[in-house]
Amino acid sequence: MRVLPAGEDALLVEVASGEEAQALHAELLRRRAEGSLRIGEIVPAARTVLLDGVSEPARVAAELSARDLPAVPPRAGGTVEIPVRYDGPDLAEVAAHWGVSPGEVARIHAGTEFRVAFCGFAPGFGYLTGLPPRYDVPRRPTPRTAVPAGSVALAGPYTGVYPRSSPGGWQLIGTTGLVLWDHTRVPAALLSPGTRVRFVPVATTGPAA
Amino acid sequence: MTDRALVVVRAGALTTVQDRGRPGYAHVGVPRSGALDGPAAALANRLAGNAPDAAVLETTLNGCSVRPRSTVTVAVAGAPCPVTVDGRPAAWGAPVRVRAGSVLDVGAATSGVRAYLAVAGGVAVEPVLGSRSTDLLSGLGPAPLTDGAVLPLGTPRRPPARVDAAPQPAPPDELVLRVTPGPRDDWFTPAAVRVLTSRTYRVSPASNRIGLRTTGPALERARRDELPSEGMVLGAVQVPPDGTPVVFLADHPTTGGYPVIAVVRPADLAAAAQAVPGTPVRFTAVRRR
Repeated sequence: MRVLPAGEDALLVEVASGEEAQALHAELLRRRAEGSLRIGEIVPAARTVLLDGVSEPARVAAELSARDLPAVPPRAGGTVEIPVRYDGPDLAEVAAHWGVSPGEVARIHAGTEFRVAFCGFAPGFGYLTGLPPRYDVPRRPTPRTAVPAGSVALAGPYTGVYPRSSPGGWQLIGTTGLVLWDHTRVPAALLSPGTRVRFVPVATTGPAA
Repeated sequence: MTDRALVVVRAGALTTVQDRGRPGYAHVGVPRSGALDGPAAALANRLAGNAPDAAVLETTLNGCSVRPRSTVTVAVAGAPCPVTVDGRPAAWGAPVRVRAGSVLDVGAATSGVRAYLAVAGGVAVEPVLGSRSTDLLSGLGPAPLTDGAVLPLGTPRRPPARVDAAPQPAPPDELVLRVTPGPRDDWFTPAAVRVLTSRTYRVSPASNRIGLRTTGPALERARRDELPSEGMVLGAVQVPPDGTPVVFLADHPTTGGYPVIAVVRPADLAAAAQAVPGTPVRFTAVRRR
């Protein structure tokens, strides 16, 4: 673990893997909840956790460097189920990358338990991990100018669902009618770091909602 | 409809509703947002008799015009600019009474970029996650003003400040940004860090609420591999592949994949909000306090 300074009152903690980042995130949330750590924002990412608004950065940095992380118990609470029609325009291309049929892509994807590793890009957009590394896919060489809201997509080791229409270079494998972000709802984001997710296939002709 | 409202007569190049932003949601991808020149927005609110977290209008370069439907007190702070009511000169940087139906014009900035118009009672659009700020990156909060739009106002709580003029810092002729190196200064050559903190950059016209873009010598990377996405702080000096630094402002993305060579002290970012394109920028290295 490396603790890097990020300005006056923030620390970027770098760890060896995405799993370790998720474990560190869970541990930091636990310490903040019990009151032993005062931090404004805790932002997990691919290999790091950012601690922003730290009241005593030097002390916190020393403490983090000195201690091993306990393994995270799986987060309590249910799994978010996302209904999906596997009808994306890039399904055949992803199938070719994986060396399987398009139907097999749906079976593998829907058979995986995902977890939100981190969020970013847009409010409510989660980077979901869970697929084995052999299913990594590259981004599209030319990003689309508009990816429809509800698109279920793959890039690198991640799966994501576009909360609203936006440009994007991920490979689109399906569509959901589920609303990922609604600022009038509490919480506004359906997915936050640590949330477990399953994709549930629905018939390609019916509504995915 | 209540008559406590503003009708937008001239929206200006980019006028947005801003308050102190929505911190605390970076982990779900929500930028902090909020007034870019926080002290100027707070001063405008103080002059108008508002609480510091009341929502104000942030204009860009050429101001805006509004017509209140009821008699209100307003105050303009930030970038110096001519203020008129029905074409007659009114005070900048002090409370001004505007009668119902009169047109208040916040003119083009004579220096600086962003003026702040506070109206007694505050702009009372519906808050999103506790803030009324327009967030241009993710589209949260009210859309930028358009001609003819109507903005509801809150109820004034206190009388306006009793001042004729309030001291305000002038927009910078040279923008000095104090930085502390890291977190990814080791992704650059030692020469790159020296270049950043010894050479002069200039504010690029491509700057916006997301980032202060610069032109100047490119910073050379020591590592060519791709940085996995990581959390970004306000004031982060991110270096995209073209090598010219971008200073992250209020609407910055919460995570990013380009290395951050240094971080600007947040106290220096109000001046960055007022630096016109072409302003020289010097990054000076300081030790962490």
